Amino acid sequence: MTPMPLVIPNVPVGDVAADGVAWIKLNFDSLLDGISAMLVTLVDSISDLLLLPPPLMVVALFTLLALLVRSWGFAVFSLVGTLLIVSMGMWEPAMETLALVLIATLIALLIAIPVGILAARSDTVSAVVRPILDFMQTMPAFVYLVPVVIFFGIGVAPGVCATIIFALPPGVRLTELAIRQVDSETVEAGEAFGGTGWQILRGIQLPLGLPTIMAGVNQVIMLALSMAVVAGLVGAGGLGQVVVSSISTVNVALGFEGGLAVVILAIYLDRVTSAIGQPTGRSLVAVLRSRRDAGRAAMASI
Amino acid sequence: MPAIEASGLTKIFGRRPQRGVRLLKEGADRARLRKEGLTPAVIDATFDVAPGEIFVVMGLSGSGKSTLIRMVNGLLEPTDGVMRIDGQDVTHLSAAGLREVRRTKVSMVFQHFALLPHRTVGENAAYPLKLRGVSKAEREARAEEALALVGLKGWGGSLPSELSGGMRQRVGLARALAAGTDIMLMDEAFSALDPLIRKEMQDQLLELQAKLDKTILFITHDLNEAMRLGDRIAMMRDGRIVQVGTSEQILNEPATDYVAQFVADVDRTRVLTAGAVMERPVAVVGSESGPKAAHKLMREHQVSSLLVTGRDRRVTGIVWEHDVADAVRQGSDRLPVSDETVARVDPDTPLAELFQYAAASKAPLAVVGEQGRLEGVIPRVTLLSALSVPSTDSALSPADGEADGPADGEPVLDPAGAK
Repeated sequence: MTPMPLVIPNVPVGDVAADGVAWIKLNFDSLLDGISAMLVTLVDSISDLLLLPPPLMVVALFTLLALLVRSWGFAVFSLVGTLLIVSMGMWEPAMETLALVLIATLIALLIAIPVGILAARSDTVSAVVRPILDFMQTMPAFVYLVPVVIFFGIGVAPGVCATIIFALPPGVRLTELAIRQVDSETVEAGEAFGGTGWQILRGIQLPLGLPTIMAGVNQVIMLALSMAVVAGLVGAGGLGQVVVSSISTVNVALGFEGGLAVVILAIYLDRVTSAIGQPTGRSLVAVLRSRRDAGRAAMASI
Repeated sequence: MPAIEASGLTKIFGRRPQRGVRLLKEGADRARLRKEGLTPAVIDATFDVAPGEIFVVMGLSGSGKSTLIRMVNGLLEPTDGVMRIDGQDVTHLSAAGLREVRRTKVSMVFQHFALLPHRTVGENAAYPLKLRGVSKAEREARAEEALALVGLKGWGGSLPSELSGGMRQRVGLARALAAGTDIMLMDEAFSALDPLIRKEMQDQLLELQAKLDKTILFITHDLNEAMRLGDRIAMMRDGRIVQVGTSEQILNEPATDYVAQFVADVDRTRVLTAGAVMERPVAVVGSESGPKAAHKLMREHQVSSLLVTGRDRRVTGIVWEHDVADAVRQGSDRLPVSDETVARVDPDTPLAELFQYAAASKAPLAVVGEQGRLEGVIPRVTLLSALSVPSTDSALSPADGEADGPADGEPVLDPAGAK
C-alpha cells in the first residue's frame, strides 16, 4: 500500500455490529429461542399440511385456485407446471419452500402493511422508515445470514427471518404509496361527512388503495421466494437446499431441476396474487358473478 | 341568526403562519408575505349566509374560494378569525366536536364527485348515514329517498362507473341530501360537467332548493352560474372578498374596477329581471277617470300611453295619446281604452324573455305581483337602456382604468396564489 499523508482513523463499524449481535444473543437468548421454535412450528405445520394429501390432489387444488382467480389458460399452465415438479421429484422440497415463503410473507405483511399505513399518515414516520427500508433492501442478502445464524442457529428459523427482512420493504413502500395516492377529494369527502380516521382508512383508503397494496404483496412474495432459495445456505431446506447441494457437487441436472421448480412456483404465485389485486374478468369467479348479475338484471326487467 | 357566519377569516399557508397574520395587520400585501415564504389564501373574509339562502362565492382559480369553503366545515383550520355555524363557534372545536358538526349540520358536494367507485350508487348515497351508525334498513330507505329527489330512482344498484358525469354528480348531491343537514357546501359542484348538463343541474338545484329550503354555500368560477343560482354573491380576488351583493347589485353597482371588468361580459338579459329594471308606475289612470284626467297625466309625465288600473290596482287596459286627444275633442266622458291587451309579466322574469312582448307592441309592459296587482312598468326605452353597461366611473372614463394598469383592472390568474 502506498503511504498516505493523512491517516483517517479506522472507525470500527464492523466490530460494533458484531458486538451488537453478540449482545442481543446474550441478553435475549430465550426470546430468540422462542421465536425460533415458533417459526419452525409454523413452517413445519404448513409444509406437513401441503405434503399430507397425495401430490396429485394438491396439484388439482392449485389448478382449481388458478381457474377461480384467473383464467383457463393459467389453469392449464398450473396443471402442467405442478405435474412437472412432481415428475422431477421436486415435490417435497417445493412444498417446503412454499411453506417457508407463505409464512415469511404472512409475517412480513403483518409488519409491512401497518407500518406502511403509519408512514402514509405521518411524514415523520415516513422520513424515519425510508432509510431503514433502503438499508434492508440494499444490504447484500448474504450479510443477513450471518447474524441470523448466530441468533437462531442453522435451520428453518434463520431462513424465515432473513427472508422476512429481505422481502419486507416493498410491502411498506407500496402500502404507503397506495394510501397516499388515493384521490384526496374522496378522502376529503369521508372527512366532510364526519368520518373518523379509522372509518376513512377502512372505507376509503384501503379499498381504493387495494390494487397497489396487492402489487406490494406480490412483490413481497416474489422477493421471499428468491430469498428462500438463498436461505438454503443456512439449512432452511426445500428447493434452496437442492440448489445449494447441486452447486457443491457440480450437478448440472439437479441444479436445473431445482431452479425450474423455483421458476414454476414463482410464476404461479405471481399470477395468483396479481390476479387478486387486479381481476382479469376471465376467471371462474368473475364469469359466475357476471352470469349472476345478468340473470338478476333479466329478472329485474321482467 | 345566520346559518353561516364568518368574521375576519384568514388562512395562510407556510411555516409559522401567525407571522403572516401580524404582517397583514400591519398593512403588508400578498407580495410581502410571499417573500417571507407564506401564501395567504384567504384574507380577512367576513360574510354571513342566512338560512335558506343560496350564497355563491365567485372567483378565479387561486382566489382562495376553495380554501374558504374548507374552513366552513373545518377541513382547513383558519389561521385567524372565527367561523360560526348556527351560532356555534367551530374554529376551536376538538376533532370529535368537529365531526359532530359535519355529521349533523354541514354536508358537502365535490367538484369531481368524490364517490366511492367500489360501492353502489345506493351505498354511496347512504355513506354519511353509515358513518353516523344509522341502521342499514333506515339508511337504505333514506338513500333511496334522496336518489329519487335528484331523479335517480331505481339506480341504487348500479356502480358509479356505469353512470355519466351528470348522473354521478346527482349521486354526490343525493349523498349530501341523504345526510339530512340544513347546510350544504358545494365546491365547484358543476364545473366538471358539460355546459348543457351543467345548466340542467343548475335548474335541478334551484328546483330542489324551492322544495327543501337548504342553506347553500356554492363555490364557482363561472359568473353566469353565480348569477343564475345566487341569492347573493361574494366576489373574491386574491384571497379577499371584494364585494357581496345580489346579482343586480354586482352587475349595476360593481364595487371595484375588477368586478366591473368581470361582469362586463355577462349576458345581462339573463341576470336582470323585470323587477330589477321596472319603473314606478306613476303614470297610471284609474278606470273610472275621464279622458281629461288622462290627458293631463300624459302631459305631466310626457308619455304617449297610460296603463288603466282598477281600484284593486289590477291592470285592466291601456289608453293611447291619440285616442285620448280624440275623446277630449269630442267631449266624451268615457276613457277610450284600447282593445290591445297589455302584456303582464312576473317580477322574476329575466329580461331575455321580455323582448318578445316588447317586439309585439309599443305598449309598456306591466309588471304584476301577486293577485295581479301592478308593481311597476317597463317602457321599451327602459328595457333597452337596461342592457347597456351601467355608467360607473370605469365605464365613463376608460382612460383611468387604463392608467391603473392591467394589474388592477384585469382578472389576472395568480399562479403563486393557487394552492
